[in-house]
Amino acid sequence: MIAYLGRRVIQSVLILLGVSLITFALLYLLPADPVRQIAGRSATPETVESIRRQLGLDQPFVIQYWHYLVSLLSGDLGRSYIQRSEVTELIVSRLPASLLLMVGAILCELAIGLTMGLLAAVRRGTATDQALMVASFVGVSAPQFVVGLLLLYVFAVRLGWFPIGGYGSWRHLVLPSLTMGILGAGWYARMMRSSMIDVLRQDYMRTARAKGLARGAIIFRHALPNAILPVIAMIGIDIGIFMGGIVVVESVFGWPGIGQLAWQAIQRVDIPIIMGVTLVSAFAIVLGNLLADTVAPFIDPRIKLR
Amino acid sequence: MSKSAGNRRPGVFAPAASTTAGPVLEISGLTVSVRGEDGERPVVSDLSLSLARGETLCIAGESGSGKSMTALAIMQLLPQPAARIDSGTIRLRNMDRGDIDLAALDERRMRHIRGDRIAMIFQEPMTSLNPVLSIGRQLIESIEAHTDLSRAEARRHAIEALKAVRIPEAESRLKQYPHELSGGMRQRVMIAMALALKPDVLIADEPTTALDVTVQGEVLELLRDLQREHGTSIILITHDMGVVAEMADRVIIMRHGRMIEEGTAADIFARPQADYTRELLAAVPRIGTGVGRRKSVEAEMRGSVAVVNDLHVRFDLHGGFFGRVNRRVHAVEGVSFSIAPHETLALVGESGCGKSTTAKALAGLVPYQGDIVIGGRNLAGLGRDQRKAVRRDVQMIFQDPYASLDPRMRVGDLVAEPLLIHGIASKEERSQRVASLFERVGLSADQMELYPHEFSGGQRQRICIARALALRPKLIIADESVSALDVSVQARVLDLLKELQREFGIAYLFISHDMAVVENISDRVAVMYLGQIVEMGTRDQVFSNPRHPYTKRLIEAVPVPDPAKRRPRFARLDQEIPSPTRNIGEDPPKLALKDVGNGHLVAVS
Repeated sequence: MIAYLGRRVIQSVLILLGVSLITFALLYLLPADPVRQIAGRSATPETVESIRRQLGLDQPFVIQYWHYLVSLLSGDLGRSYIQRSEVTELIVSRLPASLLLMVGAILCELAIGLTMGLLAAVRRGTATDQALMVASFVGVSAPQFVVGLLLLYVFAVRLGWFPIGGYGSWRHLVLPSLTMGILGAGWYARMMRSSMIDVLRQDYMRTARAKGLARGAIIFRHALPNAILPVIAMIGIDIGIFMGGIVVVESVFGWPGIGQLAWQAIQRVDIPIIMGVTLVSAFAIVLGNLLADTVAPFIDPRIKLR
Repeated sequence: MSKSAGNRRPGVFAPAASTTAGPVLEISGLTVSVRGEDGERPVVSDLSLSLARGETLCIAGESGSGKSMTALAIMQLLPQPAARIDSGTIRLRNMDRGDIDLAALDERRMRHIRGDRIAMIFQEPMTSLNPVLSIGRQLIESIEAHTDLSRAEARRHAIEALKAVRIPEAESRLKQYPHELSGGMRQRVMIAMALALKPDVLIADEPTTALDVTVQGEVLELLRDLQREHGTSIILITHDMGVVAEMADRVIIMRHGRMIEEGTAADIFARPQADYTRELLAAVPRIGTGVGRRKSVEAEMRGSVAVVNDLHVRFDLHGGFFGRVNRRVHAVEGVSFSIAPHETLALVGESGCGKSTTAKALAGLVPYQGDIVIGGRNLAGLGRDQRKAVRRDVQMIFQDPYASLDPRMRVGDLVAEPLLIHGIASKEERSQRVASLFERVGLSADQMELYPHEFSGGQRQRICIARALALRPKLIIADESVSALDVSVQARVLDLLKELQREFGIAYLFISHDMAVVENISDRVAVMYLGQIVEMGTRDQVFSNPRHPYTKRLIEAVPVPDPAKRRPRFARLDQEIPSPTRNIGEDPPKLALKDVGNGHLVAVS
C-alpha cells in the first residue's frame, strides 16, 4: 500500500511536470505578445523592450522554463503581469470558492445520477426507465451556459427562490452546483444503469434471492456496492471535466473562483496566472484519480493496490 | 417470519420428524413456458413428482431438458419476465397449517419460504457468492433474514454451519472474501449457507459440475452426511449419471421438458424402460470399458511428432516499491514426454496442475524454457518465419465451442482462416477444401454461410475440429474439448476424433479432467500434479495398475455410473491443494520418474 502510494506520487509529479512543460510551450508559441498587453498601445519600442527584459521574456525558451521550474519548487508561481500581485495569493484566495462549487456539483451529480440510474435499472424496460433515459440524454447534451441561464431565468428571475449571482450563502451555491451537476448526472445515470443491469444478471444476485432476502437488502447490500465501482473510477476523471466547466459556470453566475480568474487571465495573456491555474487544475485531476483508485479496494476486496 | 423462532432455532432442531408421513413436496401438472423471439415455448410440460422426507431425488437429463427450470420454478426464481408457470401446483407440506401451493404464492410470502424451508445451491461456486461481501456477512444475513436471533447468536450459528461443512478454522474464515477461497471451499460455503437454517428441502442444481473430481467426491460425501444428520430431502439436478448412481434414491429422467422415466436408482440403471434412458446410459463413458486399442505398428516405427523435454513455464508476479519480480507461479516444472503419429497421449490432472499451460507452450501461446521439438525440428533454434511454418503442424481445439468462434464471422470463413493466415491455396481451392472439411466432420457444405449462433454446441465443436484440420496438422491439442458437451454428443465427437486419427494419422494431445473419457480415447496417459508429471504409462498401466497415490485418488474419485457399485466412504482431504506460487529462489522439489516396468513411469520423491 505504501509502496503503491509512493509510486503513484512519483508518477503524479512526472505528470505535473509534463503538464507544465506543455502549457508553457503552448503559451510561448502563442502569437499574442503579453508585453504589448502590459505596456499598452502607445508605449515606445524602448519601453516594450525594457519590460520584456525585466520579465525575462527575452531569454530563450529553455532558460525561461528553467527559471519557472526553479521558483515553482519553492512554491512561487510568479507574479501576475496585469494585477501586480503574487499568483499564489490570487489562487489561494479564490480556491475555496471553486472547491465549494466542485463539492456541491459532485454531490448534485451523484445524488441525481445514481438515483436515476438505479431506478431505471430496477424498472428496466418500463416507461419510467425510458423517461429517465431521455432525461439523462437531455442532461448530457445540454450546453452548460444554456442550462445555467435557463436555471437562472426560472429559479432566480421568475420564481426568485435563489439569488441571481454572487457568493456568500448556501442559496448562492445551489444554482451553479446544479448547472455543473446536471451534465455529470446524465453520464452517471447511464453508467449506473448499465452497470446495475449487469450486476442484476449475476449468479450471486440469484443466490441472494434464493436466501429469501428482502428486496431492499438485495438491491442495496448485494447489487449497489458491485455496481458503483466503475462509477467511482469515473469521479476521478470527472474532476477534469469540472475544471473546464468551472470557467463557464463561474462566469455565468459571477462566482469568484479560479475559473473566473482564468477567464480574465486568458483574455489578457497573463501567462503566470494561466500557468498557475492550469497547474492547480492538473493537480486536482491527478489527486482525484489517486483518491478514486485508493477508495476502490475498500469497496471491492478483490482489488489490491500494488 | 414464517414461523416462530422458538420451536425451530437452527442448531436445536430435532432430527427428521418422521411422524408426518407422506411427501414434503409434491408437484403436479407443472408447465413452465419461456417467451422468446419465436413466441412462447414450453420448457417444462406437465411434470408431476413427489419428494419424500429424507429422500434424494435426482433429476437427470441433458442440456435443455428443463431440469434447471423445474428447480427455479419451485423456488419461484424463474428468469423474469421471460419465463412463467402456466399451470400446475407445487405443494409444500406445512406441518401444522396444511399445504402451501408455491406456484400461487405471492413474492412476499415466498420470501419466507426461500432459504428457510427450501434452500438452493447452484452450479458455479465461483460466481454464486457476492464478491464484495465477506463469507461471514453472507452467512449471517441469511440466518438473520429468517430468525429473531441477535447478531452475536447469528454469528455463532454461522460458525457452526461452517464447521458442519468441515471448513477448517471456521471462525477466521468469516472475515474472508469469496475470491480468497478455492472452488471446493466456496461450494462448501454455499452448502453451509443453504443448510444453516435446516430447510426441509435442498435443491442442488449441478452442485459439483464445476468442481474437480476429487473435490466432487468430497462435496457429495458431505451432502450425504448432512442429509443423514438432518433428514433433509434433496432434489439433485445433474447431467452426470455417475453422480446419479452415487447419490439417488429415486431418479427422474427428463428430456425436452418432459419426464421420460421415473424409478428407483437401482431400477433405472439395471432395467431402463424408455429407449432414451437406455441411449443415455449407453453414452456414459465408463472406466474399464475402453476399447482395447492396440498400439498401431506405425506408431512404433516412425519417430515422434512432438517431443517435449524438461519444459518449464513460470509466470512472474510483481510486487514491492519498484514492482520487481518477487514471486513466481511455477505452472509447469520439468515436464517431458513425446507423442508418436497415430497416438493419443492424455494429460490429466485437476485445475491448476499445469496441463493447459503445457498445451499452450506446445502451441506457442506462452513463453517457455526447455526444448520443444516438432517434426524433428527444435523450435528454440528457429527464426520467426520458420517457427510459424513448424507450428502449422500443431493445432488446437478448445473447451468452449461457444466462445472460441467469432460470432461475427461466417463459419466457412472461420474454417478457411488458418489457410488464409498461412497463405495456402487460392480462393477457389480454399472454399473447396473448406467444403470437404465440413463434410468430413459431419456437417454439410451449404452450412458454410451460416453464423456460429445458428449451430448447437456439438456442431460448433465440429466446426472447431474442421478449423483445426484445415492445415493438415500432425498434432492436434484437444484442451477439454468435449467437457462442455452432453454425453450423447460427447460420445459422437469422440468417435469423430478417433475416425480422423485412423484416416489422417494425426496424433492427439488430449487434455481432460474426466478420467472416464481419458480411458476411452487414450493410448498413453500422463498424470500431472502441481506442474509435474507424477505418473506416465500406457492406458492399461495407469488405469489397471496405478502406482502413485495421487493417480489412485484421482481414479477412485470418479463416480461409477452403477448404483450397485456405490463406493465405500470416499477418503476425505479437507484441505486445499498447495499453491504453485513460490517466492523467488524457492524452487519446488523436483520429482524423479522411475520405470516400474515396461515404460510405466512413477514419481519417487
